[in-house]
Amino acid sequence: MIASAGRNASLSAKLGWATLAITVVALLMAIFYAPTDRVQGIAQRIYYFHVPMAIVAYLSFFVVLVASVMYLWTRDMKWDRRARASVELGVVFTTLVLITGSIWGKPIWNTWWTWDARLTSTLVLWFIYVAYIMLRSYTPDVERGARFGAVLGIIGFIDVPIVHFSVTWWRTLHPGPVVLQASPAAPPQTTETFLVAMLAAVLFYIWLMRVRTGLEEARDENRELEQELALRGGLYA
Amino acid sequence: MMGSFGRQIMAVLARDLLLEWRTKDALTAMLVFALLVLVTFDFALDLRPEIMSAVGPGVLWVAVVFASTIGLGRTFAVERDSGTLDGLLLAPLDRSALFLAKLAGNLIVMAIMEIVTLVAFAVLFNVPVDPAPVLLIALLGAIGIAAVGTLFSAVASHTRAREVMLPVLLFPVIVPVLIGGVQATGVALGNPVARDMPWLSLLAAFDAVYVAAGAIMFEYVLEE
Repeated sequence: MIASAGRNASLSAKLGWATLAITVVALLMAIFYAPTDRVQGIAQRIYYFHVPMAIVAYLSFFVVLVASVMYLWTRDMKWDRRARASVELGVVFTTLVLITGSIWGKPIWNTWWTWDARLTSTLVLWFIYVAYIMLRSYTPDVERGARFGAVLGIIGFIDVPIVHFSVTWWRTLHPGPVVLQASPAAPPQTTETFLVAMLAAVLFYIWLMRVRTGLEEARDENRELEQELALRGGLYA
Repeated sequence: MMGSFGRQIMAVLARDLLLEWRTKDALTAMLVFALLVLVTFDFALDLRPEIMSAVGPGVLWVAVVFASTIGLGRTFAVERDSGTLDGLLLAPLDRSALFLAKLAGNLIVMAIMEIVTLVAFAVLFNVPVDPAPVLLIALLGAIGIAAVGTLFSAVASHTRAREVMLPVLLFPVIVPVLIGGVQATGVALGNPVARDMPWLSLLAAFDAVYVAAGAIMFEYVLEE
């Protein structure tokens, strides 16, 4: 078991270095290789990080949904650890999406924030999964916390399309995303840079998931050992 | 003829309504709170008649949602505090039936609160309200809020800081109800800014999804 943990750790380390390398390549490509947007100028370059992070944020909440269903089905704590880790990553990525979007919006829309359909539904999503993290830390019982988390992981994800419809109808007159309108035929450099950045974001997510679930595993193991010790009267007697 | 599932729902619902009828705890708290929100909004926004068509629906819905949270939070907290939750869980009840009974009980109290709040809204702010469409919108909204709220109140009752946890869980999930309710009420009250979209379908879809999801998921919340 220790040997396999060691192998996992070295694989995680390799994955981490690969992620770092590809992220640096993506950064250099976004700054030097991709052409400057004719309409938006330099601000458009943030798109190479904003959009991949948005896609990865949705991916992580989808992983939460799958892990939640699997936990309720199998009752294996392994799935709960994945759900816990993925919620945290999803919230971090969503936060970064909101921040990079604001940085882009200031020069292009001349405002840090607008109640546009996309922005609003992303913010609502952020609140749902922040509530998940709060719920987990406010539920002392471990097994109950896992069940509650799974229920919220499913209930929250069901809400995504409904929230999307409601805010789209609510803000129909707002212009659509400028990036898509302004690029009827994106030059190949743009597409290439985007794909490398997308790869970097997905690798970053996978690497963080490995590290985070490993940490949760160690925590769960530690707690079980402590309980065992307490039962034998060794620790708290 | 009513099956055993229907009898289970009726038994729990009758018990809850009898308890509420004798104490009127939830209804009183919700009504006073809803009226307080209306009055607070008047001080906060200086609600003169000419701005009521624009902000009136929002004021009405915030009062309804906030007051509902108070009633919903009591659903399982009271059962836990009085030790009757264990009895309910030991009783030969289908979990879905228990959920639907609690949902119906909350819904009935919320509907009464909504009717009184609507009358107070029309009188206090001198807004002409056509009761039929607005009550239909209010009821459709209440079903969605009660469905999500009943499920989450069972969750929140087992957490530390449960008074905080229920609104934090509930408000983001019911955003579509708030948007749909406010816009549909705006259309019904003749607000020129409100968008005429199929809001009632949105509310009905939300209700159907979350009543079903709650009935299915409830057993996972109440496992002991």
